[in-house]
Amino acid sequence: MAKVLMKGNEAIAEAAVRAGGLCYFCYPITPQSEVAEYLSRRMPEVGGTFLQGESEVAVSNMLYGAAGAGVRAWSTSSSPGISLMMEALSYIAASELPTVVVNIVRTGPGLGGILPSQGDYLQAVKGGGHGDYRCLVYAPSSVQEAVELMPLAFDRADRYRNPVIVLGDGMIGQMMEPVEFREHEFPPLPPKDWATDGCKGRKPNIVNSLYLDPVKEEELNQRLAAKYERMKQNEVMYEEYMTDRPYEVLLVAYGTTARVCKTAIKKLAEDRIGAALLRPITLFPFPSARLYELAKPVKFLMSVEMSCGQMVEDVELGVRCEKPVYFYGRQGGLVPTPEEVVDQVKKRLGKGA
Amino acid sequence: METIFKRPEALAAAPTHYCPGCTHGIVHRMIAECLDELGLRERAVGIAPVGCSVLAYNYFNFDFQQASHGRAPAVATGIKRGRPEMIVFTYQGDGDLASIGMAEIVHAANRGEKFTVVFINNAIYGMTGGQMAPTTMPGQVTTTSPFGRDVAQVGYPVRMCELLAALKTQGFIERVAVHSPKYIIRAKKALKKAFQYQADNKCFSFVECLSTCPTNWGMTPLAALDWLEKNMVPYYPVQNFKDLVEQGGGDAD
Amino acid sequence: MQTEVVFAGFGGQGVMLAGMVLAETGMNLDKEVVWLPSYGPEMRGGTANCTVIIADEPIASPIILHPRDAAVMNRPSLEKFCPSLRPGGFAVVNKSLIPVDPEREDITVVNVEANKIAIEAGSGKAANMVMLGAYVGATEVVPFDALVETAKKVLQKKPKLVPVNMKCLDQGYGIGQAARA
Ligand SMILES: Cc1ncc(C[n+]2csc(CCOP(=O)(O)OP(=O)(O)O)c2C)c(N)n1
Ligand code: SF4
Repeated sequence: MAKVLMKGNEAIAEAAVRAGGLCYFCYPITPQSEVAEYLSRRMPEVGGTFLQGESEVAVSNMLYGAAGAGVRAWSTSSSPGISLMMEALSYIAASELPTVVVNIVRTGPGLGGILPSQGDYLQAVKGGGHGDYRCLVYAPSSVQEAVELMPLAFDRADRYRNPVIVLGDGMIGQMMEPVEFREHEFPPLPPKDWATDGCKGRKPNIVNSLYLDPVKEEELNQRLAAKYERMKQNEVMYEEYMTDRPYEVLLVAYGTTARVCKTAIKKLAEDRIGAALLRPITLFPFPSARLYELAKPVKFLMSVEMSCGQMVEDVELGVRCEKPVYFYGRQGGLVPTPEEVVDQVKKRLGKGA
Repeated sequence: METIFKRPEALAAAPTHYCPGCTHGIVHRMIAECLDELGLRERAVGIAPVGCSVLAYNYFNFDFQQASHGRAPAVATGIKRGRPEMIVFTYQGDGDLASIGMAEIVHAANRGEKFTVVFINNAIYGMTGGQMAPTTMPGQVTTTSPFGRDVAQVGYPVRMCELLAALKTQGFIERVAVHSPKYIIRAKKALKKAFQYQADNKCFSFVECLSTCPTNWGMTPLAALDWLEKNMVPYYPVQNFKDLVEQGGGDAD
Repeated sequence: MQTEVVFAGFGGQGVMLAGMVLAETGMNLDKEVVWLPSYGPEMRGGTANCTVIIADEPIASPIILHPRDAAVMNRPSLEKFCPSLRPGGFAVVNKSLIPVDPEREDITVVNVEANKIAIEAGSGKAANMVMLGAYVGATEVVPFDALVETAKKVLQKKPKLVPVNMKCLDQGYGIGQAARA
């Protein structure tokens, strides 16, 4: 297929449709309302479901219902709306249902603003709602990558029977880049024999997360924990940049800030400073093992984010605190510039800015 | 020289961000006039919603709290229960009040919370760029109902006054419109009565204002006023629905 | 090779579309492109702008502090963007609405009476195409015939507008070329 120039939000919508995400619930919120607007036209064309719910609380429970009925259901929102979905996501994880939620992150906390941010990192990767659960978290850094990650997100949600979060930011949602929609093939999925799709010829299925028996509840918790371990073994994704030549600094960044870091690394190279980048594509599971390897030759690491350093602790754990981990970030919708990152690296190297 | 027209003290001397021809400004002014005339400004606390009027705290000259989307009636309940002597009002759009905030408004009304709700019904989500609201008219095109609101799929527009008036708890519930001077005069009377009732500690008060959103309706301000008159007024009767009496809802107890 | 240009003006002047046509032209030529809009509160009634990046290699940062070029359609945009352009860059300035000049010696300034030309061509709304034509004329960042082809495709939904827009592109291009000489 030929390339088309598309806004991130619309490309995500189209990629989901092509991946069979034909049941979409939403509630408007900037900077991702274009997903809903696109699908309000597109879903009728493909015989899918488009419904604007009365709130994100309702939308996330629509996901619970539809997913429990065995349908590929998904939604998109932005930070304040995602907060309202946390209760349902906890239920969805506990009931072991598959769903995909895209968070086009904006600034916070509170009502915040509508500009890009990475301030929902901890919420996304450490569970977010109540109880002992995790979501698989993908962080695209281009429109094309967002398009590639959507089918993967649906597949992994089904395979692990777990919510998957795609963590973008306002920049990814609003920017236009050429995209190509490729066919994706995955091994066959197990049948959804747990779904509430009618009990003809089988015992009734119950979708539930109530466990009054502590032994049964512990069993669930341990089953979930084992699932997250399997994700850590099998699902880690990352990109390395300039790690195939000597470097003394390792930048760690995801999404939009990773792109900023790439430019910074090129600029540093002009000044004969070797820097490299590890870009986690999965934020949970975090590429800790690779990080540890890549950190071996460096003087220090620097986590570059559009937050106050939410990823730093994962980087520190990744290098087992054997190397200094510095942080550079901007907040409030301001995006770090390559020039700023260059200055920070030079300062830490004692080379002045 | 005699001053015949001046800015109410309760209104801040600030230019608003509203689009040209938007009726939010008219309602702001009426609220300010009511509070001035009733001498309530220094006791007033407004609740700004999430919607185009999120910045309302900049346009009034008294205390304000900003609420999360739809929860203004719960925030107002907190203030009013904690400090009953305050004059508390929420200012909410139709997405805020009739969609995400439906639970909060119904329960506040049912408990008979003694604050005032100013409900701006402009049949669309303004701030987020023109998506369908629960109050969007049948057949009305919005960015999320590109083929027009299909009542077979998403039901009919919600009539909030009628819905709340069905509750047995006493209250003051009236629908007004702000598209012409004749209606504006009636609107002002209703708002003043609502605040008066609150000042007298009487009951929950709710004033729905049929309003325009020329920007997202894709119309000139004048055409929008006309559209409101022709399309909204027939569906949303402009009248009083409840004035203090306990009525409606449920069987006799 | 990487070129960045900011198209900026009032909301409604068509700067977003101009940027989109350029980005799409780049894409059709198999170049790497990014189109990044300003979004948010500044959109309503205020200024609008988009950045277009065209490059031969994958584009790392889409956030450009100092773009090489700008095409500015109103005065606030000139004041906002021209001081930050890189030396050696180009500024296409809409002289119909901007009475002043960028205070820069180190960039090439292309003056265009975009609104006047567009009105004479048949529609004031096509001033954005005059700007785009002039920009491409001055920089040759993409071949003109590729630009025309893409513009025709983008505008095909409104066939009546095509001739006026083509005329505007063409006239703009001539002015840009002249500034090159
Ligand atoms: C939890 C949450 N969901 C969604 C939003 C996005 N949002 C901002 S304003 C708004 C609705 C605006 O419409 P309305 O209440 O009708 O007021 P208007 O702008 O028309 O005055 C929405 C959905 C948000 N801020 N928070
Ligand atoms: S978008 Fe609509 S409701 Fe909001 S300020 Fe503009 S006209 Fe008023």
